[in-house]
Amino acid sequence: MSDENKETAGAQEPRERVIGTPSPARDKALLADGDMSAPAGAGEQLDEASAKRAERIVALFFLLAFAGSVAFIAYYIGWSGRDGGMHGVLRARESNFWLGGTMALSFLAMAAGVTIWVRRLMASKPIIQERHEFAADPQSRAVFAEDFMAGAEDSGLTKRPLLRRTLLLAAAPLGLAPLVLLRDLGPLPEKRLRSTHWGDAVEKAKRQGKKGVRLVVDGTHRPLKVTDFAQVGSMITVLPEGIEEDVPHDQVLTQVAKAVTILINVPEEKFKPAEGRENWHVNGIVAYSKICTHVGCPAALYEQTTHHILCPCHQSTFDATDAAKVVFGPAARPLPQLPLDVEDGYLVATGDFPEPIGPSFWERG
Amino acid sequence: MSESTAPKAVEAPLNFLDDRLGSTTFFKRNMKKVFPDHWSFMLGEIALYSFIILLLTGTFLTLWFKPSMVEVVYDGSYTKLQGVKMSEAYASTLHISFDVRGGLLMRQIHHWAAILFMASILAHMLRVFFTGAYRKPRELNWLIGIGMFTMGMLEGLFGYSLPDDLLSGTGLRITQGVAESIPLVGTYIYMFLFGGEFPGTDIVPRMYMLHILLIPGLILGLITAHMMIMWHQKHTAMPTQHQTEQQVYGYPFYPVFMAKTGAYFLFTFGVLALLGAFAQINPIWLFGPYDPGAISSASQPDWYMGVLEGSLRIMPNWEITAWGHTLSLNVLIPALLPLGIVFGGAAAWPFIEQWVTGDKRHHHVNTRPRNAPVRTATGMAAVTFYGLLWIAGANDVVADRFSVSLFATTWFFRFAVFLGPVLAFIVTKRICLGLQRKDADVIGHGVESGIILMSPEGRFTERHEPAREEERVVLLSKENARPEAPAVDARGVPAPGAKGPLGHLRSRLNRAWQFDDVPVEEHAENGHAELEGDKETARH
Ligand code: HEM
Ligand code: FES
Repeated sequence: MSDENKETAGAQEPRERVIGTPSPARDKALLADGDMSAPAGAGEQLDEASAKRAERIVALFFLLAFAGSVAFIAYYIGWSGRDGGMHGVLRARESNFWLGGTMALSFLAMAAGVTIWVRRLMASKPIIQERHEFAADPQSRAVFAEDFMAGAEDSGLTKRPLLRRTLLLAAAPLGLAPLVLLRDLGPLPEKRLRSTHWGDAVEKAKRQGKKGVRLVVDGTHRPLKVTDFAQVGSMITVLPEGIEEDVPHDQVLTQVAKAVTILINVPEEKFKPAEGRENWHVNGIVAYSKICTHVGCPAALYEQTTHHILCPCHQSTFDATDAAKVVFGPAARPLPQLPLDVEDGYLVATGDFPEPIGPSFWERG
Repeated sequence: MSESTAPKAVEAPLNFLDDRLGSTTFFKRNMKKVFPDHWSFMLGEIALYSFIILLLTGTFLTLWFKPSMVEVVYDGSYTKLQGVKMSEAYASTLHISFDVRGGLLMRQIHHWAAILFMASILAHMLRVFFTGAYRKPRELNWLIGIGMFTMGMLEGLFGYSLPDDLLSGTGLRITQGVAESIPLVGTYIYMFLFGGEFPGTDIVPRMYMLHILLIPGLILGLITAHMMIMWHQKHTAMPTQHQTEQQVYGYPFYPVFMAKTGAYFLFTFGVLALLGAFAQINPIWLFGPYDPGAISSASQPDWYMGVLEGSLRIMPNWEITAWGHTLSLNVLIPALLPLGIVFGGAAAWPFIEQWVTGDKRHHHVNTRPRNAPVRTATGMAAVTFYGLLWIAGANDVVADRFSVSLFATTWFFRFAVFLGPVLAFIVTKRICLGLQRKDADVIGHGVESGIILMSPEGRFTERHEPAREEERVVLLSKENARPEAPAVDARGVPAPGAKGPLGHLRSRLNRAWQFDDVPVEEHAENGHAELEGDKETARH
């Protein structure tokens, strides 16, 4: 259509009539940003009157910035320290608002002032600069290569292989030495990841002639009776009794991080114990490791109706009635199960988890 | 311009330096350095200034922060946690928040600055990618940029973990799980990182050293190299009237750019102060100290970790156990592959492109994204891939918002991460080609003027007028597809790039790169002589 248009336009221009109001097409920019997104007024001869006005506006912003900083300092010295300084959330919030607000005011006002200054008052003109070639010409490269080789020759490095090779030999272990130094960063894994404090605690209890170690509630450390946990559908986090006392002080958190266990009361008729673990539950009360087998978040949510244990990190879902089998999500293994029994009315664990808890690892098998 | 001499207060130190260093030559040469102007060029500056703000606020925090996991009983001014056992790290962070004036502000600015730092680096990288600014001779700075983003992720992860609150402990636990999944050496890395089993007592002091010394030092080194290379090579420029491969056009460093960039710094700091003052971030006192048995169900990492989170979530639970060993593909793949593809791919891209196009020239004038459709489409595919994984990191929120099951969202994302990028590629390429056609049209036939003409026969046509010179230059900046050099040259010697199976692949990719290119050019015969208006020829 445009070809035709051009022809008509060329041949019969004089007699054409223009219909409607022509839009100022000449000024219609196709592109939002030409190359003039730089200072609008800059580079031109400044009109002194409007420059004066701009200067006053800039000055106003600078004064505002001044006021902001002064207010900041004044608040800090004069007001934030009243009644003995900061204490608690309210005063922290208040101080945060005032200090942050005045600081922001000061920076932003100054930024605005500078921006207007650049746009309205700077008289610099855009300039053009040549780009230069980075690379040296082939000749200089060749000369350099020659010099380099000459140096190597002068040093004897190229002519004396024995020197060269022994030097390399000497350097190689030197690079390794720092790595060796890092050895004491931590112990070797050994069998550490294969057991939890439940094992030690059960052993200790058995030495004392008991069936197993009592489960205590995480937080209160109260031993748990079967009757305390009789309501179907409940879930609670438990630890082996005595974990805080039996473990060196700085190891407590680490041992707790491995031993945390969830205790769930699932309806006994729905419960399908795994083979060989028929007597690991007590009337439908089962215990699983709380550490998700995906990457180790606490699998802390339990849905009563579906009997699903849910890990909030990446939503791995385990079936509490079916040996904590994975029903959904990225975890590949069931949560390890803790063998339970009753002793004097108290829930006890009769052994450690039969397999390593938590995320899989190469040596796990 | 002005004949005046500098005041003594300026001249004296300058002379002092010059006498000893000969610095005047350097200053003279660089004072008027030209900075081309485009809004997108400030993204890198924002990243730089965020980093400076991180250094300043971070240094403030170190004055009170205690990187120690020794257990203490809190007795500070936050009443709700009084008497609670916690690590010294957590207690000192509470102290900074509630007992140090301006401490909460600095913590919040620090955290917001970390988020802005990463976001502006990413935005900056995208602009560099889509305009082709990474091309020779600027590949090194492209690689440095990728290095900085990766280190920023680590730096952020460690910083987030320092306060030892419930969320940061959860992040560390995931780090532990990921470390364990590494074949062969996983458990060793785990033990060596934590100084024993999780959490132990070494990890916070170690991360502290990494967070305030080693990684910032490395980033600072990279930034310095980045800036020096940029300064030496000069900026690229968007294709406009005065920008060519031989020259840059713009305002001089002193005084214009200096003032402008100063204003950006102030803006960045101002906005971060505003956020720090009015937008609460990481209120660690609400989460409580780390407790290995507890978790907050709404835990979300900082945004730049979202991709890892999303990949971990949607990965099927594959695990291989054989010969007494376990390979956790369900952790290993999402932890390494997606970011490996995106950042490894990004690092290799300039060299791949060079190999495919055979274009070994220097480029100082950028390409408009539409004029490199395959590049732009690949970039959009990567953005889609990254974006989908990122959203998948909040699939529970998505499920909740749109009232679909978690199960459904997970499966949706499992497919979408593969199909989405392909779709994005196709659509983007279409759009680019459409825009090229439009450009070709404007150059060939001018722009619609809005003036309707009625011919004597009564036909209506719209008058087309040539585009303005500035616009024509931009449109004509497109480099049209060049016919590929024949596989065998005149003397029968095969072109070096077309030999063997690799050469074959190269020529096929080369064809794919440009086969549907729409040439944007002036037609010499029916050129715009017959169009109205100024008849300057565009400079090229
Ligand atoms: C790219 C650079 C950096 C990033 C991305 C970054 C990120 C973070 C983040 C996300 C936090 C958690 C803040 C919170 O509590 O909400 C943090 C904490 C911290 N950062 Fe940085 N940071 C950076 C550089 C630095 C530097 C250079 C220093 C010191 C010179 C520093 C010192 C600290 C300290 C002491 C803390 C712990 C105090 C606290 O959490 O309140 N950071 N960092
Ligand atoms: S840690 Fe439980 S699902 Fe990832």
